[in-house]
Amino acid sequence: MKFILKKFFDLIPTLLGISLICFFLIRLIPGDPVLNLVGERGLDPVKYLEMKKTLGLDLPILEQFWIFLKKVIQGNLGTSIVSNNSVWSEFIERFPATLELGLIALIFSTIIGIPLGIYAALKRNSFFDYFLMSASLIGYSMPIFWWGLILILIFSVKLGLTPVSGRIDLLYEVPTFSGLYLIDTLQKSVLNAEGLKPFFSAVSHLVLPAIALGTIPLAVIARMTRSSMLEVLGEDYIRTAKAKGMSKKRIVYIHALRNALIPIITTLALLFGSIITGAILTETIFAWPGIGKWIVQSISSRDYPVIQGGVLIISFIIIFTNITVDLIYYILNPKMRN
Amino acid sequence: MKIFWIELYFELKKNKGSMVGLFIIGISLFISIFAPILSPHNPAEVFPNALRIPPSFLSGGQNQFFFGTDDIGRDIMSRLIYGSRISLSVGFSVVILSLITGTILGVVAGFYGGLIDRFIMRLTDLIMSLPSILFAIVIVAVLGPGISNAIFAVSVVAVPNFIRIIRAQVLFEKNRQYVQAAKLFGASNFKLMFNEILPNCMAPLIVQATLGFSDGILNCAALGFLGLGAQAPMSEWGTMLSDARSYIESSPWMVTLPGICILLTVLSFNLLGDGLRDALDPRLKKQN
Repeated sequence: MKFILKKFFDLIPTLLGISLICFFLIRLIPGDPVLNLVGERGLDPVKYLEMKKTLGLDLPILEQFWIFLKKVIQGNLGTSIVSNNSVWSEFIERFPATLELGLIALIFSTIIGIPLGIYAALKRNSFFDYFLMSASLIGYSMPIFWWGLILILIFSVKLGLTPVSGRIDLLYEVPTFSGLYLIDTLQKSVLNAEGLKPFFSAVSHLVLPAIALGTIPLAVIARMTRSSMLEVLGEDYIRTAKAKGMSKKRIVYIHALRNALIPIITTLALLFGSIITGAILTETIFAWPGIGKWIVQSISSRDYPVIQGGVLIISFIIIFTNITVDLIYYILNPKMRN
Repeated sequence: MKIFWIELYFELKKNKGSMVGLFIIGISLFISIFAPILSPHNPAEVFPNALRIPPSFLSGGQNQFFFGTDDIGRDIMSRLIYGSRISLSVGFSVVILSLITGTILGVVAGFYGGLIDRFIMRLTDLIMSLPSILFAIVIVAVLGPGISNAIFAVSVVAVPNFIRIIRAQVLFEKNRQYVQAAKLFGASNFKLMFNEILPNCMAPLIVQATLGFSDGILNCAALGFLGLGAQAPMSEWGTMLSDARSYIESSPWMVTLPGICILLTVLSFNLLGDGLRDALDPRLKKQN
């Protein structure tokens, strides 16, 4: 309990710091913030002062920050200049797309990465091991914004197997239930109207972005699994198990893998941040309507409230994911408690 | 110190991967130094009659454009050659900036401890809690797009890695006897930090600096791709890729080539970094 409290207590300065960065984001942009918001055409002086007042920019800076914090806690992140919608509702609209892409990418990289890593560890110093380690280093060095384009070039342009962009064919109308198209397309009303076609359309749209986004995590997971397995396989209790005459399969899958999984799970959690980073690039390439594309677009349209709010939400999500993982780790691993 | 480098080289030579990395780095260094001699054309020169000519080894190619031309008729090979200059200097600037800042902050945090340490570490936690590209995007959004702002942003993102590594090493070194001895001889804190302790933190620093190169190049290229880094007409690889996107169907070579350059450069520094880590690790173990 003490541990949990301490963890949450440690969070406060980080959260405050991030709020502070986001708060100053709008105020640090060169030029007058009001003029930045209204654009190049400018305003007459009366309206200017009025706007300054509604934005709260005439107050002392500390008071402005206090008001900003209060608003954030209430979930009020301002409104987008471009669409006039609240930043929060824009976020909620786009988040499921990123969540779906990120989850599928993580599942893809785990399902392939862990077995490859185990196999490489068992065949240490074999050709396969060297090949896999070289391939994973290449994967790790991959500029994914290029990798995505190459995937499009091969699978969409040359082979014509997958669509180039978007989440689903525009033909299909999918009522929102969870926001995840892989689930929503399996709703009864959709199945009755169109059958499985919308589902397969969603899948085919998802394949390439998920591969592009999953490549770096895949490389990291494969390497991590290998080294973690090698470490565990060298432990005394594995030797004991061997001496007892236990079958190799049982040793590997029951004894070794279980213990090797702990660092792998931690790595998975740390990859969450790199998934978000990757999503920004992947979504831009595949025109995937998620939060990454949203942020990039808001920068080119100078939609500062969206940048501010978006960065704030994303970083809070990451921080809370990390702390949840810490807690799960703490519960799973009794050694941590001492 | 000289012996250290020679020993390091022999240790490194055992690792094939790092030799490959070193080889590629050598080539790209050679290319970027002799870019004016090596490139067949001026990278900014426009050939209005030669728009999107395929590479000379494909059908429809012209001999004078080995890797073809881009959408406004510039020679891609020359642009790639000059691009290596940009990428290497970007990587170098990022490493130098983050290395110096990170080292100073890390040494101070580790040496003094207490409140200063806690403040610096909170700052690193803060930066690390944001995904690197996102944080860089925020900085560029404030400062405006451009290559120097991109370098600055990517350097800020890279600083925490250096702080953490140096701080951990300083914490280990500062209670050792040679430091105590220097203290007894009346060395100032400044001297203790930078003359006594820092030279003994070299090993992890070298590894991180090498890996920092690849991160720096990759992140700056990503910013360029998003339109936040180097601006056209600069022949930066990420920017070239982003310009080429619309021609992916008709002129795939415009997309393929800059990406291969980024991949090879990043890969070479990662290979070298991995090798250095393996080579320097036994040395670290010996110390303990």
